[in-house]
Amino acid sequence: MTTFLLLTITGLGLAGLYFLIASGLSLIYGLMDVLNFAHAAFLTIGAYTSWVVASQMSGGIPVTVVFLVAMVAGILVGTLSAVLMETVLVRRLYGEHVGQILLTVGLLLAITALTRAIFGSDPLTMVVVPPWMNEVTVVFGAAVSNSRFVVIAAALLVYIGLMAFLKHTKYGLVIRAGVENRSMVSALGINVGHAFTLVFAIGGALASLAGILTGAFFGTITADRGTSLLIFAFIVVIVGGLGSIRGSALAALVVGLLQQYANYYGIIGMGDLIVVALLAVVLLLRPQGLLGRAVA
Amino acid sequence: MSTTVRWIGAGVLIALAASVPLLHGEIPYVFNGALSSPGVLNLLALMLVFGALAVTYDLLFGYTGLLSFGHALYFAVGVYGTAIALDTFELGLVGAVLVVIGLGVVVPTVLGLICLRVGDIAFAMVTLAFAQAGAIFVARDPFKITGGELGQALAFRQLPAAFVGVVNTRNVYWLALALLVFVYAVARIAVNSPTGRVWQAIRENEQRVEVLGLRPASYKLVVFVLSSFLASLCGVVYVLVVGGAHAGIMVSTFTLMLLVMVVLGGAGRLWGAMLGGMLYIYLDNRLGELSTQPSLQDMPALIRVPISEPTFLLGLLFVVIVLFFPGGIAGSLTKRQLPLAGPLRRLRPPAKSTMNPDGSRR
Repeated sequence: MTTFLLLTITGLGLAGLYFLIASGLSLIYGLMDVLNFAHAAFLTIGAYTSWVVASQMSGGIPVTVVFLVAMVAGILVGTLSAVLMETVLVRRLYGEHVGQILLTVGLLLAITALTRAIFGSDPLTMVVVPPWMNEVTVVFGAAVSNSRFVVIAAALLVYIGLMAFLKHTKYGLVIRAGVENRSMVSALGINVGHAFTLVFAIGGALASLAGILTGAFFGTITADRGTSLLIFAFIVVIVGGLGSIRGSALAALVVGLLQQYANYYGIIGMGDLIVVALLAVVLLLRPQGLLGRAVA
Repeated sequence: MSTTVRWIGAGVLIALAASVPLLHGEIPYVFNGALSSPGVLNLLALMLVFGALAVTYDLLFGYTGLLSFGHALYFAVGVYGTAIALDTFELGLVGAVLVVIGLGVVVPTVLGLICLRVGDIAFAMVTLAFAQAGAIFVARDPFKITGGELGQALAFRQLPAAFVGVVNTRNVYWLALALLVFVYAVARIAVNSPTGRVWQAIRENEQRVEVLGLRPASYKLVVFVLSSFLASLCGVVYVLVVGGAHAGIMVSTFTLMLLVMVVLGGAGRLWGAMLGGMLYIYLDNRLGELSTQPSLQDMPALIRVPISEPTFLLGLLFVVIVLFFPGGIAGSLTKRQLPLAGPLRRLRPPAKSTMNPDGSRR
């Protein structure tokens, strides 16, 4: 029972990471039809920026403060690079969907390779994490690392914040309307271009937050982790339904938990394979995804 | 160019390529060693294999407009199929090739039926997911057959003597050349056939093809299976060239590299894709060698660090090509408006009303 509980909480943490990546991807796709491969690069940028900042800030400063400052720096740089990417590069290829995908693929390859060139291909292990995050809390007999709870809490906050933003603000309204029918929104005289930059910024911020949290979650940072998480985030986005935040959250839960359980109770690698099988089943039975818009 | 000139040109090119192992000259800077030396022949053979592989991917992406991110999986079927058939089941080379031929048809047919249920972007993601499943299977190795992350060395005792040893690199090279000629010929016949015309029509406008009373789904399945099957054959030769299977060909970035190759050369042109594949492998190899040169170690970090990762430079080159030369090399060389503008221009008709958000039809 304790093992099951441990698996559940770890699975929820993993689901939180998936949600942070998938929600941005899903918003960007829903609004702009851009399948953003470079999303994984934001994750890498966020993780490495915060690592560099944290390793520069040594001395008498409390570790929690260092962690928070590094986190803010990572998110800022990640968001900035997302905004830059959108305004300088992606914008040039509006209306060319394949061109945009290829562009983001190229950026992903280049940024990942550059990271590897600068920091080496070995995982960085000296991740600065407040000590309390590595301690365990005993929940009904299961010793769970506190970093899991941090990731879960962060994902929950982001979910609530994102939903509130989309529901109750003017920009949220524009984004929701744009996902629904982009040409109608521009016909009404609203500059959809600003909304494009905004969703890229949100996606970049959430992905870099996810990148920083992976450092705490896995204890290491690698240049290639972004790409491997990106694939599961894609699966989450499809299973949940493209463009649906609620769908992404639900699918992230299903995928994260399923993966943890199957990896523990099944043979090696089973969890990852079963997730792909889930994707196949969803596509066969419900191609629009769990909460995707029903057949119009 | 008339057809006769083309045939003669192709014949001359093949004859030239076939005579390379007999030439002992050196091309300074281009290759480090005589043309007939095993090192250079090995690189050339690798270039030929990837030229062929890029052609198979071009069938899918350049000609039919299917953006697959899982092509590496079918290449891996050939690579690991051969390695496992030889090592675990000891079937000999002929047996291994037969196994790959069987798998090379069955696997893409089954997966194609699933993947092709969704269109466009979702298709790209789903093919990526299946390839990832394959990569995980290979890396985690639940049945102890793939050798996991370390890979699987080729069981040389199972091979005919002609393909074993450094002395016989030239035979492997000729085999790679034969593969390229075969794949190119099949692809050429395919794209010029009535079926191939429908592929190109699907790329341009799938709905119109449907209106004409044709079923795009079956045509897409045919091109998916054909290109995957040819990719599996490339995998067989690849194993012989590099002497083993390794998990690196399964990672998700491998298919992305294929995409880079095809776009670099020019999507929608078989010779463009072939050139792109060969050039990519050449640059990747030579830049990799360059980065280990001692003279580079003295350079400032700002220059040294980026050069040490060929993927960075190639990724950057790719971004530049996508932004400024969407036709790739082939598009820049030929003045005529290329059909390849099609796949790059747009993925699908913008009319959102006829599509569901996931790209499926109503």
